[in-house]
Amino acid sequence: MTSLETLAADLRTALGPGRVITDRQELRTYECDGLAHYKVTPGLVVLPRDTVECARTVRACVAENVPFVARGSGTGLSGGALPHADGVLIVTAKMRDILEMAPDDERAVVQPGVINLDVSRAAAAPGYYYAPDPSSQQICSIGGNVAENSGGAHCLKYGFTTNHVLGVQVVTPDGDVIELGGRAPDTPGYDLLGAFVGAEGTLGIATRVTVKLTRLPEAVRTLLAAFGSPAAAGAATSAIIAAGVVPAAIEMMDALAIEAAEAAVRCGYPPGAGAVLIVELDGPAAEVDAQFAEVTALCESNGATALRIAADAAERALIWKGRKSAFAAVGRISPDYIVQDGVIPRTALPEVLSRIAETAGSHGVRVANVFHAGDGNLHPLVLFDGTAEGEADRAETVSGAIIDLCIEYGGSITGEHGVGADKAKYMPRMYSADDLTTMQLLRCAFDPAGLANPGKVFPTPRLCGEVPRVHRATDPAPAADLF
Amino acid sequence: MSWRAAGDGDTVGGVPARYVAEPASTEEASAVLTAAATDDLAVVIRGAGSKLDWGLPPRRLDLIVDTSRLAGVVEHAAGDLITVVRAGTRTADLDFGSQQLALDPRPGATIGGTVAANTSGPRRLLYGTARDLLIGITVVRPDGRVARAGGKVVKNVAGYDLGKLFTGSYGTLGLITECVFRLHPVPRARSWVTARVPAEELAGALAAIRGAQVVPSAVEIDRPERGPVAVAVLLEGTAEGVQDRAARLVELLGGTAVTEPPGWFGADPWPAGGVGVKLTVPLSKVAKLPFPLRGSAGTGVLYATATAESVAGMRAAATAAGGYAVVLTAPPEVRDRVDMWGPVPALALMRRVKEQFDPGHRFAPGRFVGGI
Repeated sequence: MTSLETLAADLRTALGPGRVITDRQELRTYECDGLAHYKVTPGLVVLPRDTVECARTVRACVAENVPFVARGSGTGLSGGALPHADGVLIVTAKMRDILEMAPDDERAVVQPGVINLDVSRAAAAPGYYYAPDPSSQQICSIGGNVAENSGGAHCLKYGFTTNHVLGVQVVTPDGDVIELGGRAPDTPGYDLLGAFVGAEGTLGIATRVTVKLTRLPEAVRTLLAAFGSPAAAGAATSAIIAAGVVPAAIEMMDALAIEAAEAAVRCGYPPGAGAVLIVELDGPAAEVDAQFAEVTALCESNGATALRIAADAAERALIWKGRKSAFAAVGRISPDYIVQDGVIPRTALPEVLSRIAETAGSHGVRVANVFHAGDGNLHPLVLFDGTAEGEADRAETVSGAIIDLCIEYGGSITGEHGVGADKAKYMPRMYSADDLTTMQLLRCAFDPAGLANPGKVFPTPRLCGEVPRVHRATDPAPAADLF
Repeated sequence: MSWRAAGDGDTVGGVPARYVAEPASTEEASAVLTAAATDDLAVVIRGAGSKLDWGLPPRRLDLIVDTSRLAGVVEHAAGDLITVVRAGTRTADLDFGSQQLALDPRPGATIGGTVAANTSGPRRLLYGTARDLLIGITVVRPDGRVARAGGKVVKNVAGYDLGKLFTGSYGTLGLITECVFRLHPVPRARSWVTARVPAEELAGALAAIRGAQVVPSAVEIDRPERGPVAVAVLLEGTAEGVQDRAARLVELLGGTAVTEPPGWFGADPWPAGGVGVKLTVPLSKVAKLPFPLRGSAGTGVLYATATAESVAGMRAAATAAGGYAVVLTAPPEVRDRVDMWGPVPALALMRRVKEQFDPGHRFAPGRFVGGI
């Protein structure tokens, strides 16, 4: 028997029927995540129901020296949950219980397969919600959010998953079960929780997550402002930030993105706009009212051509509908597209946008821009027709050039989608060899055998055995000569 | 490069050093630490020295790396709300005009020390701690190699978050030379609502504040041996907003709105040279800790003064509440008699992390949890 066959037989006995998938056709349904052009059929799929079963699965992998990859809802956009052909895909779809709601502690404890939005739904009755809200929040899982350190439209004010996860129970790559953090803050020792969140499943699998619940704001006000150009919308954004206002969200879409959203969901954005800004403020009512007046005035003084203020929840939802559906909507105006995710210092926005337009133009490729303007997180959508010769390559070139621009301006190759399988190759452009080696010291501590999600994040894995040995002098005194 | 033989004051927890180095740049620090690695020197990092009496004394000590010359603000990009600061910079020297680094550093502390010890104050409720505000870091590893993680943009998920690993690592993994932080606007108005609440009504009062939707920046308590508990809630924002929220809280708590914090707000409850304990518990358990303490009731991070005899009882209470009690600082005679750190989960994994970064166990050996 091969290692995988041994594993399958072992886990079938241990976990019971229906929890181990070996049928080729069924396995193929797991061949990709949200980044659909990378496809690998997993060697085996296992669906544990709890921590004990997950640890049992990982220990079986360790025993057979087989790599494993964890997968939540499979909505990731960097191929972070791309399976390993000779490995096990551990899917958390059967770990969907909210284990505890503790509003008195402003905490909830959930299994990793729980859907992001379901935490907020469950917390609403006592007046709370879970703040990180990636656009996929209706389907993405908390475990996936932890792996990717997911952001969302409101992270400008509220921070990322890492700021809202207080504890994780982890099945380590050795198959041990450990607790990092917990319901009380500041666990003594190294902040391994902080290191674990966003490690893209390379340090182990979160099997129980303690999240912070945030009190629902008293008031929320949403404004849609149309501008002649993205540069004008960018200037308004700068003015708002300079005024000392921290909105819950500032989102921008350019003309092509608006066109796509209109075609798909009829969100009714002002016609003919070169760009729109969505600005949302939340908090105590008196605070929001004072700031909202200021934001409105700043949009007007920075050349807004139309302003629309959501009068109620339904109008707010319509404004957000255009933005949240933007990625999918682009399918209406282009048969294929690449969603890019890069970050630049916000003040470089006008310059970078014009350089993106230049690059796109010179390659004959259209780019629709959707971004979190408040924090400089760009999501250019590079449009192409995969059936037309050379278009896919040209789109790939433009997409890569955008990442180079982000690095050139001192930004990041990913703001929220993760490095995954897709961007490991760009890591050496952003970080030095020593930076990457140092990060991998952490990986060696957690996963010396390199079984947890291998091939992701780092372009070249570090062999963990090779601990650099230092020369030891018998007497330290000679060091004085060196100072 | 500046180095010198250690003087009388160059001790850590009573252990004398042999040399002191004062690098003025990351490159110089790298040269110093490469040399120290070659000669197997035991190293302790020193900023302003304001917390050198925290933790345990080093098992051995050859070299103090002093960050005094590694100081200054490298960059303040106001439009991007970020700053790059060298580790030895005194927090009192930071001035970002209409913006602020929303930490509550301890008096005299440097940025590097604040990050390395992950100290926090009242405003962690709204702004988080150093781990939340730090978006990029430059470190020199024990072998002298320079490494960076994160960057100069707030939103960034490329690679491991080494900034969080180094935050609170007490100098056991390497030397922090530069930190990048996100900044916040200085609020236009602030107000403290203060009240005195009978101890048996404290839990209810704290729950009422949580429920009030007033988004406080800090909720602090000062609980004496007996008698009512002092509560102080900090509100920050626009003038209109703060006034409205303060009025609501005054009504809720029966207190008064004032323009200056009470003297105890954010101050250590232990005397200089005394025993300082940090207790962390879930929010609903804050009011159930039955001894004098002070601190952030809004986040469950509290501080107390203790004696060698009282530490165990405090720890038992914190543990029963699902939290922790760490003795931050204690005079030698107490330090030798108590367990400073108490139980530490995932300690085996922490040892493996230390082994990777500092296989020679030369950096602050013995000062951290589990003898790391």
